[in-house]
Amino acid sequence: MNRPLIAALVLMAPLNWSGAEPPQIVPPFESDIGIVSTSRIDTVVSAGLKNRGIKPAPLCSDEVFIRRVYLDTIGTVPTPKEVNEFLQDQNPNKRIPLINRLLEREEFADYWTLKWCDLLRVKSEFPINLWPNAVQAYYRWIHDSIRMNMPYDQFARELLTSSGSNFREPQVNFYRAIQGRQPSDIARTVALTFMGTRYESLPQSARANMEVFFSQVAYKKTAEWKEEIVYLNLAPAEVHEANLPDGRKVQIQPEDDPRRVFADWLTEPNNQWFARNITNRVWAWLMGRGIIIEPDDIRPDNSPANPELLAFLEKELVRSKYDLKTIYRLILNSRTYQQSSIPRSDNPQAEAMFACYPVRRLDAEVLIDALNQIGGTGETYSSNIPEPFTFIPEGERSIKLADGSITSQFLEMFGRPARDTGLESERNNQPSDSQRLYLLNSNDIKNKIERSPILRQQAEAAKGNRTELIKNIYVTILSRYPTPSESEIAEKYFQSEGMTRKAAIEDLAWALINTKEFLYRH
Amino acid sequence: MGKQKNTYVISRREALKLGLLGAAGLTFVERFGGYARGEDANSPRAIKRTPAKAVIELWMSGGPSHIDTFDPKPKAGNDYCGPFKNSIATNVDGIQICELLPLLAKQADKYSIIRSMTHGINAHETATYIMKTGRKPGDNLVYPGMGAVVSLFRGYDHGYKGLIPPYIVLTATEGRFSEEGFLGPRYKPFATGGDPAQKRFVVSGVVAEGISDQRQKSRRELLHSLDSLGKVMPGNPQFEQLDRCEEKAYSLILGDGGKVFDMSSEKDELKDRYGKNKFGQSCLMARRLVEIGVPYITVNYGGWDTHKQHFETMRRKLPELDKGMATLLQDLSDRGLLDSTIVVWAGEFGRTPKILWESPWNGGRGHYGNCFSAVVAGGGFKGGRVVGASNDKGEEIVQRPVQAADLIGSMYELLGIDPDGPLPNPKGLALQIMPSANRLKEIM
Repeated sequence: MNRPLIAALVLMAPLNWSGAEPPQIVPPFESDIGIVSTSRIDTVVSAGLKNRGIKPAPLCSDEVFIRRVYLDTIGTVPTPKEVNEFLQDQNPNKRIPLINRLLEREEFADYWTLKWCDLLRVKSEFPINLWPNAVQAYYRWIHDSIRMNMPYDQFARELLTSSGSNFREPQVNFYRAIQGRQPSDIARTVALTFMGTRYESLPQSARANMEVFFSQVAYKKTAEWKEEIVYLNLAPAEVHEANLPDGRKVQIQPEDDPRRVFADWLTEPNNQWFARNITNRVWAWLMGRGIIIEPDDIRPDNSPANPELLAFLEKELVRSKYDLKTIYRLILNSRTYQQSSIPRSDNPQAEAMFACYPVRRLDAEVLIDALNQIGGTGETYSSNIPEPFTFIPEGERSIKLADGSITSQFLEMFGRPARDTGLESERNNQPSDSQRLYLLNSNDIKNKIERSPILRQQAEAAKGNRTELIKNIYVTILSRYPTPSESEIAEKYFQSEGMTRKAAIEDLAWALINTKEFLYRH
Repeated sequence: MGKQKNTYVISRREALKLGLLGAAGLTFVERFGGYARGEDANSPRAIKRTPAKAVIELWMSGGPSHIDTFDPKPKAGNDYCGPFKNSIATNVDGIQICELLPLLAKQADKYSIIRSMTHGINAHETATYIMKTGRKPGDNLVYPGMGAVVSLFRGYDHGYKGLIPPYIVLTATEGRFSEEGFLGPRYKPFATGGDPAQKRFVVSGVVAEGISDQRQKSRRELLHSLDSLGKVMPGNPQFEQLDRCEEKAYSLILGDGGKVFDMSSEKDELKDRYGKNKFGQSCLMARRLVEIGVPYITVNYGGWDTHKQHFETMRRKLPELDKGMATLLQDLSDRGLLDSTIVVWAGEFGRTPKILWESPWNGGRGHYGNCFSAVVAGGGFKGGRVVGASNDKGEEIVQRPVQAADLIGSMYELLGIDPDGPLPNPKGLALQIMPSANRLKEIM
């Protein structure tokens, strides 16, 4: 595809270049703060680029970095105070402690629980039908696991081997959040979730082998409303032999839970799916694109864009005893992650080989939270289906929503996943006409801006100093200060004929909310 | 893309291409392939000339009692009828309906009542799914509802050019499952939000209050001049997609497209006849949307889940239903639109014919999927007929059971969408649009 790299359309003075070669640095999005320490990730990525003659993008600026790393790590836009502190910090290595702090924030657990609830299909309603109480129990267990940084192999093992009540042993909801309850339905879900593999692409023999391990899973109701027990049917009395998905044979003792035998196999350090699946997913979540695409479609004929890179991450995960934060930290600290989103190569493979940071629209929940942060408001969510009705405390952030069925026209419109299948592709971050209508012209957005106590406070704090006011609005909405030419445009707008100060503030906030810079991770 | 693959596996090259293009702007088939081999929904049999051009779906979420609407059983006694003991005659000999629907009684020549709907499911979410998709759950697929299917075959992919999206919900979506199912977000309904019974119907994004066109234009210019990241990344496919959405949005915001939502040109007398409440005015709005060519409109009218206070609720809701629906049928007919517009009235199930007098229900009715009613009119459906029958207590079907698939398949047939034709899907399975054994031939 032909991608005109740099067009002559650029209107703003500091960004104005024409000619084939882009300037070295594009402010305010890039800066030449020297090099972040290069890691093994960068060595293998840059080898892949060099082989293909692809030029990587320069480093992103601190302004871009703080917004990006907040959004990617905790699904939250930094406050003006956090932006100021970071920008003023003179430590040349300040990105490293910022990353460390974010990995320990409460919102880290919130945001990644949201992601896992997508993959594990946490919803009350059709076709998963976990029902509200079980949703809450399951959500809390997932949230706790992430908050306490449970090793990933243990996380998988607990989900795979639990038995008991859906209210009291929340992990058993893994077996309930499945469309269908046949061994093949369970095996399909296990393959997708923990092996990153679509069931159809496994050979028939591997599927048949896998199903055996889940053939004793059974369900029963209790006298308590919507309680359900997941248990194991009695096993055959004698030792029997089963085949693992990779064809190896294994003995199952009569007292053994075959699910545990499967989990042992799955979490062996040399299992060819387990570490590969999760490291590829984490890379895709942070970098916007898997080393294998789709991240949940691993199969022999879908080779990784950079095999050395994936192998390195897998090895690091095993070496760290399945500590996912180690992988997050490695990626976030890499030069590759900290590249600008403005590409420097029109090679069609540039994006696939990670030559720049790809832009992508904010997740629905993150976007509404970001809008509310500007508006100084919260959403009120409730769900009067199914019973018992769910009410969410006012002001609770949307990234903390447990139930994928909670009623919200906004989240629907902005592509919240249905949580029907657990496929990564269920979440849709593509723009649509109705989203655009909403952001450009809805009463919701209008009211958020007009009634925002945050914007009002800033207008007051600027005490009639217009330049100061414009700066405040910029940092609140875009997490950076305006460039001189942006300031000038905004100043002119304030002074245009018939314009009131109030209307100008509203229009500036409205305009910035509707920029690509606000709407996209970049 | 040309001939479609019979597999859902997208090659790496295609995946890259999709990544670069951005998926939302693409049709389903462009995104996934997805028809079974050798099939194509554009094939001539799918575009036969048929009477219906549009559907107005009056969706009674919660499950309205069949006995207290279109299948009264005045002889069943107090335990079944409660206070509604006198059904009334309609303008069609032999058809009686509930005494609280006198206006609909005068329109019975325009609609047919199906008194033998059944699926046997008493859970809201599963029953809703069945009634909206015609499918039983359980095969790891979430099928699209009627509106999404009509949007697929009668929307932007097949010649629809309107600025107003082809699938509108008045005013909020159902919420129990995703209407678009596996077809994906392109076929999602556009939910208007707002309330058409208010002085001004504020439609999410289309009609905003207090922003003049002049101000719209000047702040749009401001947005463009401050869109710094967009300017340094020309040609980015994601951004280009967003720009196209913006163009379309502004043609609605600033152009005449949104005028359809301004009901000030409607006579007050007509608004009164529809009923000045959300349901009544939504029916009027639905007619206006049909007039400009929107192919599928759902009016969601909830509140029928009457476990308790059943009869009080019926006394409040049935007159609203009566005015809105009866006036809609008359109005469509007066304007010559009824012949080309299917009106369908249904909920996810009926309610227990036997009244639950005991505590805590104290005269309520429970869920009942075994036997219930639906109503169809217009668009090629005959009026003045009754399909099927329930027994003397409204508990069992005694004649001609009708499944959701039969009803939906009949509607598709009248819309010129071949129910036996292929339905694209992400797995590339050979699925039919709406297979069913017993379409409603007797009233088509």
